[in-house]
Amino acid sequence: MTDHQNDHALTADHEEEHILSYGFLAQVLGGLILLTAITVGVSYIDWGFLNVPIALFVASSKATLVLLFFMHVKYEGLVIKVSFISTMLVLAILISFTFWDVAFR
Amino acid sequence: MQKPIDKTGVKIGMWIFLYSEIILFGGLFVLYAVYFHNFPEDFAEGGKELNRIFGTANTLVLLISSFTVAASITAIQLRKKGLAIALLLFSLLCGLTFLINKYFEWGAKFHHDLYPNSERLLESAPGFNIFFGLYYTITGLHGIHVIIGMVLLSISLVLIMLDKISDQRYAMLENSGLYWHLVDLIWIFVFPLFYLVLK
Repeated sequence: MTDHQNDHALTADHEEEHILSYGFLAQVLGGLILLTAITVGVSYIDWGFLNVPIALFVASSKATLVLLFFMHVKYEGLVIKVSFISTMLVLAILISFTFWDVAFR
Repeated sequence: MQKPIDKTGVKIGMWIFLYSEIILFGGLFVLYAVYFHNFPEDFAEGGKELNRIFGTANTLVLLISSFTVAASITAIQLRKKGLAIALLLFSLLCGLTFLINKYFEWGAKFHHDLYPNSERLLESAPGFNIFFGLYYTITGLHGIHVIIGMVLLSISLVLIMLDKISDQRYAMLENSGLYWHLVDLIWIFVFPLFYLVLK
């Protein structure tokens, strides 16, 4: 795992000191801009009921890139990773149960 | 000798605050989802009033500023003080650009008689009114977050100039950065929901 992280980290002498190179960050930005172009591009076509799922899928991919690399979640310890996933679960329950109630009332 | 700094603890504190922000906006997205489900035609009408180009431009501005904030942390870690300052100044400029865009966008809506309690909204279908209620609430709250993020980045900028933030101690910059990325993260979902999916 450490070897893999060294690929885009200049130094990794300490558990919490991961320095991401400018080039790697620029690649992440490139990916984000590409995904933005895709989501704007496909929005000119009407995909019917798939409009929202497609847009949310691309948005989630962008959010994952920002979280993992710009917000360093990939390099954080277990506490932040687990608490973040727990927050996402709470959010999923909040959204799905509310929507469940609305859709099948 | 100073007391040792608990870097992980400082970051966990910031993340716990960010979780509350995520749930706050999550609640607003639930409102959006429910009313979109109830009034799909009215929401489509409302979506036509929004300018996709404005939305895309603001998305790119925020993405680029997120990159420059992340790069400024790298610069501080590599002791490139001047570069870190330049990157933060550029990020602040991006934030300002976003707000100016938003000002013109809201201005255009006001011009079309689309603002809370306007005659056009009061006379239109309930879903249309709700759409703009959500539009102003969510983009307005997001705009306030952009302003707070800019204040935090400015404080970090000054602290870097005063050498209070260095490669040994940059938690303030890291946490301001996290906040700024959260602002970007929220916009990543606001953008498609308001500007793209409604047709």
